[in-house]
Amino acid sequence: MSTVAMITARGLFGRRRALMLLPLPLLLIGLAAICRAYDLEPTQWGAAVIVGLGFAVVLPVVALIVGTGVLGSEVDDGTLVHILTKPLPRRDIILAKFLVAVVATAVTTTIPLFVAGLLAGSARLGAALAVAALVGSLAYTALFLLLSLLTRRPVLLGLVYILIWEGLLGRWVSGTRVLSIEQYVIAIADKIEPTTLLDAKLGVATAAVMSAIFVVVCTVVAINRLGSFSLAGETS
Amino acid sequence: MTIETQPTAPVAPAGATTPGVVALQNVSRWYGNVVAVNDITMSLGAGVTGLLGPNGAGKTTILHMMAGFLAPSKGAVTIDGRPTWRNPGVYRDLGLVTEREAVHAFLTAEQFVLACAKMQKLKDPAGATRRALELVEMTDAAHRRIGTFSKGMRQRTRVAAALVHEPRVLLLDEPFNGMDPRQRMHMMRLLHSLGDNGHTILFSSHILEEVEQVAGLVQVIVAGRLAASGDYRKIRRLMTNRPHVFAVRSSDDRRLAVALIAEKSVAGIEIENTGLTVRASDYGDFTRALPRIALDQGIRLHQLVPSDESLESVFSYLLEA
Repeated sequence: MSTVAMITARGLFGRRRALMLLPLPLLLIGLAAICRAYDLEPTQWGAAVIVGLGFAVVLPVVALIVGTGVLGSEVDDGTLVHILTKPLPRRDIILAKFLVAVVATAVTTTIPLFVAGLLAGSARLGAALAVAALVGSLAYTALFLLLSLLTRRPVLLGLVYILIWEGLLGRWVSGTRVLSIEQYVIAIADKIEPTTLLDAKLGVATAAVMSAIFVVVCTVVAINRLGSFSLAGETS
Repeated sequence: MTIETQPTAPVAPAGATTPGVVALQNVSRWYGNVVAVNDITMSLGAGVTGLLGPNGAGKTTILHMMAGFLAPSKGAVTIDGRPTWRNPGVYRDLGLVTEREAVHAFLTAEQFVLACAKMQKLKDPAGATRRALELVEMTDAAHRRIGTFSKGMRQRTRVAAALVHEPRVLLLDEPFNGMDPRQRMHMMRLLHSLGDNGHTILFSSHILEEVEQVAGLVQVIVAGRLAASGDYRKIRRLMTNRPHVFAVRSSDDRRLAVALIAEKSVAGIEIENTGLTVRASDYGDFTRALPRIALDQGIRLHQLVPSDESLESVFSYLLEA
């Protein structure tokens, strides 16, 4: 593990914000378990828990906390300078941080979604949801990592994307769906294990290609932005 | 005029034959309409150089440009001829200690310096870490978390991290801020010995006395411009020789003015309703002469206030010189 990744991981899990990662996945598993325990039909609760909570809230919010945390917190407190004053290609720094963010997001989201899928249908459905969540983790963290280099308020901007773009416009304005990671995730899960619980509005090819574009473009732009990272001038 | 005030003339330490390692060529930096750094040319060689100037003069902006953390709006900033902006390779030869004392508080001093050594891809990171911590006398506290350190210890840890790869150039932004006298002495000794060993050290400060104790060479920055550069003693002499302005009030201002104008150390007097404004060419002579004259003349002095003793006025005097 590279030194940058080690510092990033320790910084991420050493902070209190890491605790913020736990409640949402636990809520997801808890709700699915309760519905299952009361023998409710998956058609009654599956879409609400898996899509409404899992894909629309748990996945993007966890990715937001982690994606803006791996770089944004070091930008905020100034510790990033210690990493930047090293003869490391900026690509390596971004990739190390991206990797840590993806692993943290994927572990936190794929497990509860797998469990929810298992309880709502089958292990195959659980696996489909986990794979889709993994793709979502890649795309979301790439986006939020970039946001932490583009703006001083990455969390706010990330929430606008999740709530306004995906949550509001994505439901009602069909044209926005092609830029909605949530829709890619649903399309990919639905393709792997077609189910009535998921209502895919995009083709799987579009979803896969757009996910890859999100990851590549955001990462390349982030590498470039980090190369031009500036410190503020006079402090006094 | 005994000092260089032409910003186009590079300064190298006495006896140095090699051109400067760090060079600024006609560098300006502006933010919108505000010019932070204005057409500065300087060159730094081995030894300790002080970057002196009042707060807000542009020292940090200059250091950040040298360290590759700010693009010059105009001109070129180079280390060994290589531009520092968007060029991470320069960090093999460069160490930076910023004014902001942020460190990864969850690491111990040793882990932090070791991480820096590894990121520098040194052959023997553990050995380099040990040497760097010894250099700043932090060996005893090496296994404590940085979060538990005092300001001075944190500063020394950051210096160790900046020195772990033995860079030729070390830039420090206000390194003595918040240090107690003992830590300050230690840091000064350290910078001295690094300079003597052929490192190029540049540190910024807004305190004349700090610079006096560490640096033989100074670059004086006022309002974004290079006001003076060269040997500290010459600049100091110029500062001492500048006219000093005093506001004087007495029981008989007019008679005091007549007596004072005969004094050699007095360059000019203005009589105003509120008292006298005296311009003295020699601070020491005038302040000794004044009570003597007042006593001889039987005049009672009510007030004697030096009116331009702020650092800013010293710097702006240099700018005018």
